[in-house]
Amino acid sequence: MTTTTIKRLEALNDFVVKFANVNGSGSASANELFAKAFLRMGIPVSPRNIFPSNIQGLPTWYEVRVTEKGHLGRRGGVDLMVAMNPQTWAQDVKEIEPGGYLFYDNTKPLPPSKFRDDINVIGMPLTEITNATYTDSRERQLFKNIIYVGALAGMLGMEPEVIAELIGEQYKGKEKLLKPNLNALQLGLNYARQNLKDAMGLKVKRAYNVGDKIFIEGNAAAALGCVYGGATVCAWYPITPSSSLAEAFQFYCSKMRVDKETGKNKFAIIQAEDELASIGIVVGAGWNGARAFTSTSGPGISLMSEFIGLAYFAEIPAVIIDVQRGGPSTGMPTRTQQSDVVKAAYLSHGDTKHVLLFPHDPNECFHFAAEALDLAERLQTPVFLMTDLDIGMNQRLTDPFKWDDSRRYDRGKLMTAEMLDAGKEFGRYKDFDGDGIPYRTLPATHPSKGAYFTRGTSKNPYATYSEAGADYQYNMQRLQKKFETAKTLVPQPVLTPAKHPARFGVIYYGSTSPSMHEALEALSEQNIHVNALRVRGFPFGDELFDFVASHSKVFVVEQNRDAQLKTLLVNDAGINPANLISILHYDGTPITARFIQKEIAEIVAALNVRPINIKKDKAA
Amino acid sequence: MTYLAKPKLHHPSLPKNKLGFTRRDYEGKVSTLCAGCGHDSISAALIEAFFELAVEPHKVAKLSGIGCSSKTPDYFLGQSHGFNTVHGRMPSVLTGANLANRDLIYLGVSGDGDSASIGIGQFAHVMRRGVNMTYILENNGVYGLTKGQFSATADKGSKAKKGATNKDTAIDTVGLALLMGATFVARSFSGDKRQLTPLIKAGIAHQGAAFIDVISPCVAFNNHAGSTKSYDYVREHNEAVNRLDFWPSREAIGADYAEGDVIEVPAGAEGSIIRLRKLAADYDPTDKVNAVSHIARAAEKGEVLTGLLYVSPDSEDLHAHLNTYPAPFNKLGEKDLCPGSAMLDKINAGLR
Repeated sequence: MTTTTIKRLEALNDFVVKFANVNGSGSASANELFAKAFLRMGIPVSPRNIFPSNIQGLPTWYEVRVTEKGHLGRRGGVDLMVAMNPQTWAQDVKEIEPGGYLFYDNTKPLPPSKFRDDINVIGMPLTEITNATYTDSRERQLFKNIIYVGALAGMLGMEPEVIAELIGEQYKGKEKLLKPNLNALQLGLNYARQNLKDAMGLKVKRAYNVGDKIFIEGNAAAALGCVYGGATVCAWYPITPSSSLAEAFQFYCSKMRVDKETGKNKFAIIQAEDELASIGIVVGAGWNGARAFTSTSGPGISLMSEFIGLAYFAEIPAVIIDVQRGGPSTGMPTRTQQSDVVKAAYLSHGDTKHVLLFPHDPNECFHFAAEALDLAERLQTPVFLMTDLDIGMNQRLTDPFKWDDSRRYDRGKLMTAEMLDAGKEFGRYKDFDGDGIPYRTLPATHPSKGAYFTRGTSKNPYATYSEAGADYQYNMQRLQKKFETAKTLVPQPVLTPAKHPARFGVIYYGSTSPSMHEALEALSEQNIHVNALRVRGFPFGDELFDFVASHSKVFVVEQNRDAQLKTLLVNDAGINPANLISILHYDGTPITARFIQKEIAEIVAALNVRPINIKKDKAA
Repeated sequence: MTYLAKPKLHHPSLPKNKLGFTRRDYEGKVSTLCAGCGHDSISAALIEAFFELAVEPHKVAKLSGIGCSSKTPDYFLGQSHGFNTVHGRMPSVLTGANLANRDLIYLGVSGDGDSASIGIGQFAHVMRRGVNMTYILENNGVYGLTKGQFSATADKGSKAKKGATNKDTAIDTVGLALLMGATFVARSFSGDKRQLTPLIKAGIAHQGAAFIDVISPCVAFNNHAGSTKSYDYVREHNEAVNRLDFWPSREAIGADYAEGDVIEVPAGAEGSIIRLRKLAADYDPTDKVNAVSHIARAAEKGEVLTGLLYVSPDSEDLHAHLNTYPAPFNKLGEKDLCPGSAMLDKINAGLR
């Protein structure tokens, strides 16, 4: 197939490989092995699972971005397609960049009409090789995956020792599996060395850009944050893409929260009957002074609505981790979006608003999860950790987790028996400190003081049922004041100034972050300079207002159709919508740097403004 | 719901329990329910039971859903924390509260609308899990606060006050609790404090999910002729399988006991004993399968079967299932819960 006229992409340590597989074929661990090998060679990678809501038989993809510069967002486009799924062949072939590579199993020859004339086709008789080597059909399937990893390693110039080392770690203590895996790897390597010597223009070479970074999924990181943050109760209901979070909490707790002396668990995990019960358990535990959380996704958030209103109004700490997926309704359960933002911010009937945290990578998933547990107790209210499938279910290169051993859990304003005995006045819903946050007692605090009846009905400052307008308004205004206090406590936004004076600003959050940064670099090369502010918490603080005020236009980049963060900026923060321009990506795939760059460049061109004259600006 | 405060002065000769508390120490606010409401009699039985058990009032947590019944925790145990949650969801909140501090006594108070309709799912699952609690269902077959609609426990053929006849099959909550795995299942009548009080005491001592369905007539909307949840109907059709006495220990058992048809069942961890005088000769409350068929037969005949219908002598609670640490979770701090930075460094190293 290959002719000399076809352009050949040439790249070193900077390309995108996509694997097209059939779900349930055992490809996932082989593909992960492939991705991890780059990290061991000091080259950052960013892999993404693109999978169906299905267990076996449907198409699944794994995209590995090899990026020496450390661009961890999705770039867009595919340089090398490893096409192992006949079902999706046409679509997969179409996606390859001109001059890119198609690697496929050529045991059965395909007619030329199945290919393109502007790509390089590399065939390897994988089925023939596995049929000749293995008799068991499952072995043929599983080792085929390792064999193609070996072949790719050979073509790309990866260090085989590194892959062998990873296989060794994976099958430590399982010698029976170790050897055949190493053999399969060697088989692939040998084939590539002998038959595919100059087929590939994409190459890798050892680099030193990974540093001390770690490689972990956001869900596991958030679960670990809950362990470190002192959560003892986890109640959940299985739902993609959040299930692995509760499972990771179980895993970490079983390693680190079992009392050595007694063998007893310092944690309780309940797989509840539904999301209503999950949040009910969390609310009950929070009311009684244990740190508790639930993890869920959009449909679960909808179901939790009534309880969240109770927790808001009765002022009970609760942490809800929302690993967002494509909505509405069942939507796209295995695709990513940022489309629960407005829903979570105002969840439940009546006037309610909630504290939201927006982590952008696994490192922040860890730290914000622990922070959320503190904030929930400090503010006595539900706190939402708004992550998404892209962060939650993909392994991501991220800064190592840190913990200061002198850090103490912030249990908030807890009224103790000593305080009650000393004569301190207790008014469960009274603002004593002027920050809107009242004091609470836990059940059984004191034999004769501090008991009260918690309810979702309106009450006076002393927790007695009251429908008096003045009592109701006092309480609602105090809750509003508490929300103002929250502005100063949530993680503050992160500013990335442009290298040159900029007319434009951009606001973004969550999983958009890595693509945003890559897009900003590319825009800067086009002489489009944009200051960037990454929002990390809601309610918004003053810094955000200053940012909007100091730019003529501010782009708001989001992964939903309805510009949900912009809605909060306009509705809650009162920002003039005329100053905001939405850039929206919501097809369920993670937003790419190319998309952001193109959108911003086009809008800037249409606005027909020239860059600020640097010299003139300095003179002024 | 009341603005009236009860007088705090006590008569000096009020009887005291072994902790020195009088019955007044177990009371709450003045009830705002209708005069003659069965629920107030249940509150009185609860006060009596806690007084006799000599529980420190503040060591009880009272949780309820929404409805007339769910308002009652404000009317007893005024020194206990209470939580009026959302409609039909008390069981999950109670479960979470129980996980947070296993040292308290958990009392769930609910109604038939709360437990058998909107909350039937949570009702079933809290029994399955064996949450250590006493769950009281104040069952009147009618929605009182919304003025007289049938509830899911209304019997087929029972008449509403305005004349409509219920066509739907009634949900039998004791049968359901039993099938769902409750390890202590009883039914009583709000008009029979002598039967109800010891049942509550035994339920509190029970380690695991204790369920007591209390038929509690609604004087405003369901106490007329033709209703199967009226005082008259229940009195006429009450079929008690046993009379129960609860003793805090074997030594305490009164000597005046007539031997014969008596069954003893250990109750709870601290050596308490339940003594049952058999009223139905063939009734063994530790035989679950027999209990299920007995309940079904009684329902067919239109009888209101009361007494301790089932008790498992070797029950386990949720904490045992989860193998949880003995100290309450809400008292654990960083030392117990945070694995620390050295461990985190190790975890980081494993992720490279």
